[in-house]
Amino acid sequence: MKPTDIKNPEYFHKVVDCQYACPAHTPVPEYIRLIAAGRYDDAYMINWESNVFPGILGRVCDRPCEPACRRGRVEEEPVAICRLKRVAADNKSEIKDRLPEIAPKNGKKIALVGAGPASLTVARDLAPLGYEIELFDEQDIGGGFMRSQIPSFRLPIEVLEEEVNYILDMGVAAHFKHYVDSLKSLVDNQEYDAIFVGSGAPNGRDLANLPGRKEGDANIDLGINWLDSVAFGHTKSIGKKVIVLGGGNTAMDCCRTSKRLGGDDVRVVVRSPKATMKASPWEIEDAENEDIPIYENHVPHEFVVENGKLVGMKFEKVRAEYDENGKRSLVPTGEDLVYMECDHVLIAIGQDNAFPWIERDIGIEFGKWDMPVVDEVTFQSTNERVFFGGDAAFGPSNIITAVAHGHQAAVSIHQFCSGNSVTKRLDPQVNLVSQKMGFHEWTYDNEIDHDKRHLVPHVDKEIALKNLKLEVEKGFDQELGYQEAMRCLNCDVQTVFTDNLCIECDACTDICPTNCINFIDNGEEDDLRGRLLEPADDRSQDLYVSGELKTNRVMVKDENVCLHCGLCAERCPTAAWDMQKFTYSVTKAGTECA
Amino acid sequence: MSYLRSSFRHPHAQKNKLGYTQANYEGALSTLCAGCGHDSISNSIINACFELSLEPHKIAKMSGIGCSSKTPAYFLSNSHGFNSVHGRMPSVTTGANMGNRDLTYIGVSGDGDTASIGMGQFMHLVRRNLNMVYIVMNNGVYGLTKGQDSATADLGSASKKGVPNMYEPMDLCELAISLGSGYVARSFSGDKDQLVPLIKGAIKHNGFALIDCISPCVTFNNNPQSTKSYEWVRDHKEATGKFDLVPEAAEIQVQNPNELTESIQLHDGTTLNLHRQPDSLDITCRESVLSALEEAKQNQQVLTGLLHLNTNSKDTHDIINTSSKPLNQMSESELCPGSDILESINASLR
Repeated sequence: MKPTDIKNPEYFHKVVDCQYACPAHTPVPEYIRLIAAGRYDDAYMINWESNVFPGILGRVCDRPCEPACRRGRVEEEPVAICRLKRVAADNKSEIKDRLPEIAPKNGKKIALVGAGPASLTVARDLAPLGYEIELFDEQDIGGGFMRSQIPSFRLPIEVLEEEVNYILDMGVAAHFKHYVDSLKSLVDNQEYDAIFVGSGAPNGRDLANLPGRKEGDANIDLGINWLDSVAFGHTKSIGKKVIVLGGGNTAMDCCRTSKRLGGDDVRVVVRSPKATMKASPWEIEDAENEDIPIYENHVPHEFVVENGKLVGMKFEKVRAEYDENGKRSLVPTGEDLVYMECDHVLIAIGQDNAFPWIERDIGIEFGKWDMPVVDEVTFQSTNERVFFGGDAAFGPSNIITAVAHGHQAAVSIHQFCSGNSVTKRLDPQVNLVSQKMGFHEWTYDNEIDHDKRHLVPHVDKEIALKNLKLEVEKGFDQELGYQEAMRCLNCDVQTVFTDNLCIECDACTDICPTNCINFIDNGEEDDLRGRLLEPADDRSQDLYVSGELKTNRVMVKDENVCLHCGLCAERCPTAAWDMQKFTYSVTKAGTECA
Repeated sequence: MSYLRSSFRHPHAQKNKLGYTQANYEGALSTLCAGCGHDSISNSIINACFELSLEPHKIAKMSGIGCSSKTPAYFLSNSHGFNSVHGRMPSVTTGANMGNRDLTYIGVSGDGDTASIGMGQFMHLVRRNLNMVYIVMNNGVYGLTKGQDSATADLGSASKKGVPNMYEPMDLCELAISLGSGYVARSFSGDKDQLVPLIKGAIKHNGFALIDCISPCVTFNNNPQSTKSYEWVRDHKEATGKFDLVPEAAEIQVQNPNELTESIQLHDGTTLNLHRQPDSLDITCRESVLSALEEAKQNQQVLTGLLHLNTNSKDTHDIINTSSKPLNQMSESELCPGSDILESINASLR
């Protein structure tokens, strides 16, 4: 193999698994170290810069970082990254003085459609640069789906409001209770230099053709609409027996909310096997902890209505079969239909985009699935003044993805409004700095905690189920937060190898706890992977290959389970190994070309 | 500074026949200088014992005094051990071996502990052919007392201080061969591919097995003028040949058509395959090995690998005809058969 090009920022970026997996590339190990040091404000601000909603995401993020966490490969479970973020948010002091200063108005005006995470991120990036921002949303308050879809027992309203207001208070002109029913009206308004559409994916899927759907309509709701109605106080109760259809996070929110609104026998019914449910494992766990059973492999067959009232549902039992391409089909088992009694059904089987308010003659091309054609890098539509982001761009995803879109769309809008090409984008800002402080001393604490993942304390179930607004999770306190933070392996502190300093004494190979480091004859990647001290089977993890050494061998390090403990560098007599902190930040709008 | 090594190991670490991973053969975190050759040798011992699937509780690690003799703390923490007096590891090991011949004895010593203060004991140990592995971590200096030339420093070699050594060196391998050891090897801490099989062979050999292992002292003797530096040894070493033990290596070794392979049966039934060039040294012949060593020295070469092998040598127990049952497993009545027996023995000698 050729020597690894560590000058390419993406190489070490990939080693920081959590940051790499995060759509917004939040520097996770950095803020975790700050939490361990008790510097909550600093930890919060690092998050705020990158993901805009630390308190919100510290509770309800989809956490793509955690399945990626190296700790989960070294032992059983990853660091509780998401909940540590909340520790920073819970313990911070007043941070308003750290928010960016608002530059004098630059004469440019932007319209944002929707007040969800994507639009708010665009506002957060552009308002400080002097843009005049007009925000439109049909609700009477900001937050978008973060407010209407996520029950307050998971995300308290104060937390949401605080972080939404940090942005609205930047001088954003918010027009609430204002449903935009025509994009043309905005496009035709030449006052707007650019328009950003962050209107989400507001249509819940229905089972319109299932027998009994129309007749039972009074007691059948679409999950997202129902949650919305609960959030805004229109719905305050539900029947005793509730069936929730669907296996995603919305279904989990529906069933747990039902329990709190009077549902006694609340059950979730999914078409597919439980193992393939879309909901996050921890949300399934939380629902099950509230005694909500999940019935798998049950396909809705009909709504049973008697005397004009919904009394139950029939399901067909299936099993999942996979063809040679891994494509799944649900095959009926031939058993009798299963009947379940119910007073109410919530349908939470997915969401779709809907753009009835976008005219088709304003230069915005629509493609597959009747979705607007949007550039994946610039988020620009085929009308150069109109940009999309969040669920509105490529279909339903999650908050952190919407934030990442918002940042990138803001870069494009700023480029566009400055008369620059939107395709001209700056590389990430990276740095690599030695952490050596002295003989065997580093600026980071390499003595990690070997404990298992700590559990977040919950409010007693009896109490939690009685109060719709009471947050179920108490969060880590400072002590538990410290312990959990010390589980982080500091993967951003990179092992950097300088081949011409190496005397091949083997000290690093001998000390490495996980046998990552090898001095062997070079070869092709497959061959090398098989010949290492511990075979490097995980191909998603790179091999770090040095230039040729004096004995004609090369140093090959399998990045997979490196603990970043720094012992290789401590045992190296010639400092051929060094521990260097790698910082990577996605370039935001307003960073000028050097 | 890290005084601790993480207890996490590779999640898919390989296991040996006993189901142990390498971690079961490890010791404490080394306190030697960073880059010390001794640490590599410690690790080679760990590798060899792991690969041979030895049961750790059936190994005894013996040492004297010195940097080298600290190392038993850094390997095989589940084995027996005795850190003895300076230069007296041979007699302590002899006693232990007489008491329990069933253990595998791995002695580690340094050039000071062996070639200076322990020289008398060392020579008699070789003569008696005690069944043990004796590894000399040879760096040519007294590292623990800040780098004076040792008895194995080559004539003219200079340590960090820069003053060339004035005296002739002792060659422990030549000494051991001339005193009748049946397994004599020289290796280099920076060449585990050679060292690990040599240690495995030494463990399998019945009788005294010496491995004189050049182990650079990074702090006092790793400068370009030193013949015990990483660079000098790498540039000047010549190997007698390669070998592997048949049970372990059958699937990996690629046969070189230009090499001769001799299969040698060891005492416990293991076969040792020696691969060498047709015109190379015959290591079973003492005379030719001794002259080859001298010749290499004149050519400024370090001859490494297995230097001498004699599988017919008799170990101490065979020579003095001891009981096959270890003394420590005998009952009191077996050990003290009573005054009648003593009487009859005495009578037979009158």
